[in-house]
This record gives sequence, C-alpha cells and structure tokens, in this order.
Amino acid sequence: MGILIYGTINSVALALMALGFALVYGISRLPNFGHGALYVVTGFITWSFFRGLGVNYLISIPISIIIIGIIGALIYQFILIRVRGMATSEIIASYAIGVAILEGLRWGGFKGMTYTLPVFLEGSIDIGGIPVDFHRMIVVGAGAGVVIFLWFFTHHTRIGLALRGMAQDERASLMLGIDSDFMAVVAMGFGSALAGLAAVLLLPLGNIVVESGYNVLILAIAVCIVGGLGSWMGAVIAAFLIGFAQILTVVYLGSHFQMVVALLAIILTLILRPSGLFGRQKELEERV
Amino acid sequence: MEERRKERLDRGIKIRTDKIYALMSWRELSYLTMPRLVLIVGILMLPFVVPGMYWQRVISIVCVYALLALIFDFLAHFVGLVSLGGAFFIGVGGYLAAILNTSAGLPPIVTIPLAALIGAAICTVLLLPCLPLRGVYFAIVTLMYPLVAARIIEALDILGGTDGIMGVESFSSTWTEQYFIILMTLLFLFGIRRLVNMDIGLVFRAVKDNDQAVRASGINITLYKAIAVFIASGVGCLSGACLVHIYMWSGISLFSLDFSILPIAATVIGGAGTLVGPVLGCFILVPISELLRAFGTLRIVFYSLILVAFIVFRSEGIMVYGQRKYHQFERWVKI
Repeated sequence: MGILIYGTINSVALALMALGFALVYGISRLPNFGHGALYVVTGFITWSFFRGLGVNYLISIPISIIIIGIIGALIYQFILIRVRGMATSEIIASYAIGVAILEGLRWGGFKGMTYTLPVFLEGSIDIGGIPVDFHRMIVVGAGAGVVIFLWFFTHHTRIGLALRGMAQDERASLMLGIDSDFMAVVAMGFGSALAGLAAVLLLPLGNIVVESGYNVLILAIAVCIVGGLGSWMGAVIAAFLIGFAQILTVVYLGSHFQMVVALLAIILTLILRPSGLFGRQKELEERV
Repeated sequence: MEERRKERLDRGIKIRTDKIYALMSWRELSYLTMPRLVLIVGILMLPFVVPGMYWQRVISIVCVYALLALIFDFLAHFVGLVSLGGAFFIGVGGYLAAILNTSAGLPPIVTIPLAALIGAAICTVLLLPCLPLRGVYFAIVTLMYPLVAARIIEALDILGGTDGIMGVESFSSTWTEQYFIILMTLLFLFGIRRLVNMDIGLVFRAVKDNDQAVRASGINITLYKAIAVFIASGVGCLSGACLVHIYMWSGISLFSLDFSILPIAATVIGGAGTLVGPVLGCFILVPISELLRAFGTLRIVFYSLILVAFIVFRSEGIMVYGQRKYHQFERWVKI
C-alpha cells in the first residue's frame, strides 16, 4: 500500500518535471538541457519574493512562474534561435546556459540547507494506514490538473492547436500562416513556466539546492526518452513506469540506486527502442 | 549606398605548395612547415618557459584535456558520432591504471599503455550497442554513460567507493611526466591528422556524410564506427591513465562532467574539424580557468558563457579563421 501511494506521488512529481522538457522538444525539436536550471531558478525567485521582499506566498508563486516563462522565452529568442535545427549545437548551447545559471547561483551563495519554501498546507492524513501529508496530495492533484489543462489547451485553443500543428509538420503549418519562430518562442516560454510550476510544487518538500538542477534534468530526460521524445502522453506514462521502478528499488535495494534506475532506463531505451515506448519518429532518422 | 561584398582568393603560394612545387624553394617549404614547426617547438618549449611547479602541473593537465578534445573532434567531425561522454573514457582508463598499479604493482610505463588498450576494448564493447544510433540520440546516451558509471560505483561501493583508490605511483619526475604526455599529445595529434587522410579516414568521413551510401557500397558501417570508437577511446583511456598517475589518486570525480564539457568548449573555440584547433583551444581555456580558480564556481560560469557566445555567434572558431587568413587574400569588391 505504501509502495502504491508513494509510487504514485513520485510518478506525478516526475511527470511534472518532465512535461516542460517534453513540450519544448515536441514543438521546436530543442532538447532543452537548461531545463534543470530553470527549475532551480524558479525556486530562488519564489524564495526571494517570499523571504526577501516579504510578498505573500500565494502571490509570489504565480509571479515567479510568469517571470521564469518570460526568462525562458527570452533565452530562446535571443540565443537559442540562432542555432535552431543544429541538434548538437542546441544541446551544447542550452546545457552551457544551464550550467552558467546554476554555477552562478552557487557562486552567489545559494547553497546549503538554509533555503526552504514552506509547504502549502501543514498536516497529514492516513490513507490505508499510511500517513500522507497534505502537500503531497496537492502535488498529485496539481499534476493531474496540469495534464488535463495541457490536453485542453492543445486541443481547444488557437495557440495550442498551432503548437500541435508545428509539432506534427512544420512546413505545412508555415503554409497555413503559423509563425514557426514565434511559436517556438511561445513553446519555450510554456516549457519554462511548466518547469517553474514543478519547482514551486516540489521544492517545498526539500531544500532548494543547486544540485537538484542537474538531477531534475536527468530525470526529465529519462522520462521523455522512455516515453518517446516529443510524445506528451508517453511522457506521463513513462513517468509512472520510472516512478514506480524507483520506489521499488528504494524499498528492495536501497536509496543509492534511485538515480541508477533513471540512467539505466535512458541507456536501455535508447539502445533497444530509440523512439521510446510511444514515440512516432521514423526508424531511419534515429538509427542506421 | 554602395554595396560591397568580401572576395576571398587563395594566395599564389598556397596553390603552388599544394603540388609537387612545394619542394622548389625555401620560401615555399617554410610556408608549408612553419605552422607545424611553430606548434611543435612551442609546445615542447612550454615546460621551460612557464614559471614554477604549479604551472608545470597545469601543462600536464592541459595535455590531458587536449587529448580529450582531439578525440571529441575526431569522433564528431570525422566519423559523425557526437560523443558527450569524454569523462567515461577518462574514468575507465584512470580506474584501470589505478588497479593495475596498486593491485598488480606494475610501473606507470606499463600501466598506461595497458590501460589504454584494455580500456579501449571495454569502452568499445560497452558502446557497441549504441553505435547504430544517430545524432542527438547518440549524444544523450554517451552523456549518460559516465553518470551511470559514477552512480554504480557509488551505490555498489566497489573500487574504493566514494573514497576512490589511493596510493597510485606517480611519474619518476615532473619532467618525465610533462614530456611523456606532451609527446603523446603531439603523436596523436599528427597521427589522427594522418589517419583521417588515409583510406580508412575517407570511409569515416563518408559514414559521417552519408551512411546509407556507404552501406550501399557493401561496407559495414558499424564495424568502421567501432574502429573509430576503439581508436578514440584508446586515446581517451590513455589520457585518463596519465591523469591518475599525475594526481596519484583515482576516484569518481574522474567521471565528472568537467571532462565532457571542457573539451567540447575547447573544440568550439579552437575550430571544429581542424584537429589542431581543439588542442589550441585547450591551451587557451584551461590556463584561463586555472587563473580564475580564485573565483570559485564563477569560472565555470565564465567558460559556459564563452562557450555559448562562440557557438551562437562565432561558430567557426579560431583555427578556421586563422587558416583562412593564412591561405587567402580578402578584399572588398563592389557588387
């Protein structure tokens, strides 16, 4: 029972971390290796607003999510758009930006155990004899909410449909008058905002530390690759697979192996089935 | 407004020296050999020029990175395998050298070549299943190899766990250390330059440009990729073994991302696809990062930003720029 509950929570957390990455890759084919940095930066922005400037917690959260969305869009508009389509340059450039941000934060003194955000609701509830605190329940609810919102957004709004069109066939969507560069910027903004949302939901469960940026990046990549790069539903399902696999290894093998599971999942998926469980890439594009 | 464009013409001496006439006069001979001689003599003189023990040690470290950058350039721009996992080669070679030295008691002069050969075999076998992957997929999977190796060593607590293997023998003196690794750098630099111009190099480049055509010619792509990975990982393991003997210690920090990222930055700055460029890039980047050591992690910020600036705004790199200036006139002409 404990495995079931905490597996679900872990899976939803993974899905939250990965959705931003999946969204950006799915639409603009940009493997955004700065994803983890955006995640951590949101934590620090929220912290600065809440603790530094004394803004109300519930107000500082949406402000910081919006700010991180704008930051992401600006990074894309002014830097990454110039290397668009060159996969290796994109990886190196976005990773370097991420590293610069993270190490800059570390240099600026954000390290150690002192930076924490409060949970939304104190207290816990027993489910089948297992205590689960309210904040984790909120995370699960918010995760479900985000997935539903994304589905609605991409199926029933103009921008969402345009994004989906671009993801499917960029040339055709160009002919239909969709500005693909602008849409890529929008996608990056949304992806960053999703990373920020994941951050404000998950960071209260622990400390804000720079290292978590690298871990979030690896986990997001793991989920997206197992699910198939560019497939959002695949990412959600893969999050559940990896989430439960992680909890099971923690229970039966020890917590050291938690990261090994994610990394091995990446390597094995890429070797056996590079397009992931639900990817729709053409076989010839990814392997010879 | 009058519109102009830049016209580029090969220098006469370049065209002459492409042919047999290169041997006709001292001027043309020196045009051909000067750049190489300057590089070789310059690198060989370095240990005499730099002040103090500390900077002599830096030279050895620079050469370790230079070898890594060299194989990154070789794999990425001549075989088409973008490998972000330079740290994996360093780690495998380093741990092998440490084990051979501490357990079997072999001296460095034996452990380094052995570690290079065995390490190359291990890396090639481990990377073999990924070789059919292309582009971004291969890049991601190689990025994950060093991470997973470090986590496995940490989790299983093998090979000394997080403490690493202590008490590895050092080189007999700083001079042998420096000259051994400097000579290795020069040897592999010119060796790989030679290799990519031989027949096998032609196949490598064909694999990069159009693998289906190579396959249609009845050539086994995976075999050639494996050969390239064997050569590259051999060089990488060799530099890792040298590094372990320099530090007299081997630990999971050998798998750290530094060894994957800095060589790539050096390649981008030095000029991709020139093989000399990455080595020069290391001779620029690593000392800068040593000078900035006082700033702590800020130096990583610096070189990340330099890397972004180069890759986005000046992606040709120093060496390509230099070659152009050396071989060509440039002038503005009216359209």
